[in-house]
Amino acid sequence: MIRYAAARVLAGIPTLLLVSVFIFSLAHITPGDPAILLAGDNATPSQVAEIRSRLHLDLPLVQQFGIWLGNALRFDLGNSIYSGKPVTELIAQRIEPTLVLSFVTLLLTVLVAVPLGAVSAWKANSIIDRISMGIAVAGFSIPVFVIAYLLVYLFAVKLRLFPVQGYKWLADGWIATLNSVTLPAIALAFVFSALIARVTRASVLEALGENYIRTAHAKGLGAPRILFVHALRSVGVPVITVIGIGFATLVGGVVVTESVFNIPGIGRLTVDAVTRRDYPVIQGVILFFSVALIFINLLVDLSYAFIDPRIRG
Amino acid sequence: MAVSDSDIRLNANAAVPERRNPTLEALLEAAREPWTLICSLILLGFLAMAVLAPFLAGDPTAINPAQRLRPPSFEAFWGTDHLGRDVFARAMNGARMSLTVGVCVAILSAIPGVAIGIFAGMNRVGGALVMRVIDAMMAIPAVLLAIALAALLQPGLTTLIIAISIPEIPRMVRLVRSVVLSVREQPYVDAAVSVGTGGMKLVTKHILPNTVAPVIVQATYAAASAIIASAVLSFLGVGTPPDIPSWGGMMADARKFFQFYPMLMVYPGVLLSLLVLVTNVLGDRLSDALDPRKMARSI
Repeated sequence: MIRYAAARVLAGIPTLLLVSVFIFSLAHITPGDPAILLAGDNATPSQVAEIRSRLHLDLPLVQQFGIWLGNALRFDLGNSIYSGKPVTELIAQRIEPTLVLSFVTLLLTVLVAVPLGAVSAWKANSIIDRISMGIAVAGFSIPVFVIAYLLVYLFAVKLRLFPVQGYKWLADGWIATLNSVTLPAIALAFVFSALIARVTRASVLEALGENYIRTAHAKGLGAPRILFVHALRSVGVPVITVIGIGFATLVGGVVVTESVFNIPGIGRLTVDAVTRRDYPVIQGVILFFSVALIFINLLVDLSYAFIDPRIRG
Repeated sequence: MAVSDSDIRLNANAAVPERRNPTLEALLEAAREPWTLICSLILLGFLAMAVLAPFLAGDPTAINPAQRLRPPSFEAFWGTDHLGRDVFARAMNGARMSLTVGVCVAILSAIPGVAIGIFAGMNRVGGALVMRVIDAMMAIPAVLLAIALAALLQPGLTTLIIAISIPEIPRMVRLVRSVVLSVREQPYVDAAVSVGTGGMKLVTKHILPNTVAPVIVQATYAAASAIIASAVLSFLGVGTPPDIPSWGGMMADARKFFQFYPMLMVYPGVLLSLLVLVTNVLGDRLSDALDPRKMARSI
C-alpha cells in the first residue's frame, strides 16, 4: 500500500514540473515587453530598466525559469501588477468561497447523480431512463451561466428564496453561507451530475450483467439491496475516476459561476486578473488550480486501493 | 436494417461481391432515426441562419441610443438592447461566429491531434515522452488555459480559435494513440509488416483509416465544447471585440438589465444551448453508428 502510494506521488512530480514550464511560458507569449507593461505609461527608460533587472527579465529564459520555480516552491509567486500585493496572499484570501462552493457542488452531485445513474441502468430504456439521460445530455450542453441565470430568475428574482448574488463568509454563520452558495452550487452540480450520471449508468449496466448479480437475485435479495450494495460497489472505480476527470470541467465552471454570482473566490480573482492582464496573478491562479487538480487525481488514484484490494499489490 | 436469408444467399452466389463502404452505410442507417433527423434539421437551420444573416437581418453593430431597450417591433423582431442595437440581427450573427469557432476548432484540434497521436502510438520512446507532455497539458483546466491564452494574446477571432483549440488537442492525441496501439496488435498489421510494408505506407494504408471514425466523433464533441468555451470567453470579456457579435457577449451585455429585460438573456442563451445540444446529440448518434462492433454486425 505504501509502495503504491509512493509510486503515485512520485509520478506526479514530472507532470508538475512540465505544468510549471507551461505556466512560466505563458507570460512570455504575450506580445510586448512585460517590463514596459509593469512600468505603466509614464515610465522613463531607466525605470523600465530598473524593473527589468529587479524581475530578472534581463537574464536568459532558463535562468529566469529557475528563479521563478525556486520562488514558487517557497510559495512566492510574485506580486500583482494591479494591487502590488503578493499573489499567494491574494489566493489565500479568496480560497474559502471557492472551497465551500466546490464542496457543496460535489456533495449535491454525488447525492443526485449516482442514484439517478443507478436507477437509469436498473430501468434501462424505460421512461425514467430516457428522461434522466435526456436531462444528462442537456446538462453538459447548456452552458453553466445560462443555467445560473435561469436559476437566479426563478428562485431569486421571482420566488425570492435565495439572494441574487454575493457570498456570506463562514465566520458570519454557516447557515447564511450555505444559503448564499445554494444557487451557484445547483448550477454547477447540474453540469457535473450529467457527466457522472452517464458514467454511473454505463458501469451499473455492465455490472448488472455479471454472474454475482444473478446469484444475488437467486438468493432472493430485493432490488434496492442488489442495486445499491452489490452493483454500486463494483462501479466505485469508474465513477471516482470520472469525478476526478470532471474536476477539470468543474474548475472552468467555478470561474464562470463565481463571476455570475459575484462570489469573491479564486475564480473571480482569475477573471479580474484576466481583464487587467495581471499576468503574475494569472500564472499564480493557473498554477494553483493545476496543483489542486493533480492533487485530486492523486487522491483518486489512492482511493482505488481502498475500493479495490487487487490494486494495492 | 433487416437482412433476410434470401439476401444472404443472393450475395453468396454473386460472382463479384458488392463493395460497400461500411462507414457510409452506418451513417445512412443512422440518419433514418427520427431524433437524428430532427437534430440534423436544427443544425441546418443554424447553418442557414449563419449564412443568411446579412440578408435577413439588419446591421448588428448599428448603435441607436434613442431606440434602446425597445420591445419587439417590425423593425427589430426581438427588440433592441441597451445601445439600441437590433437583438435579432446580433443573434443571427452570433450563429455565424459560434459555427465558425466550432468548425475551426474541430479541424484545428483534429489535424495536430491525429499527427501527434499516430507518432505517439508508433514510436515507443518518443511516444512516452510526448504522452508526458500531454498529461501535463491535461493537468491544466482547459477553460482556464483558454482564458489565459485569449487574454495574453492579441484579441480577435483567430486568437479565440487558437486559444480554444490548444486545450482540445491532448484529448484527441490520447484517443488516436489508443486506437493506434490497439490496431498495431491486429493480425493484418503483423501480416503487412511481415511482407515488408513499412513506415509511411503502413500508417496511411492500415493505421490512419482506423482512426477516421473515432476522430470524427471526437471532433463533433470538440466542436460542441468549443462553442461553449467561446461563449464563456466572450461572456467573461476575453472573446472577440464588440464589433463581432457573439451570444456570450450578448449575455454579458444583458447582465445589468437582466432583472427587468430577461428576454435579452433568453434569446442568446436558448440559441446557444440548442446549438450545443444538437451537436452533442449528433455526436452521440455518430458514436453509436460508427462503433466498429455495431458496424461489423451491419455488414
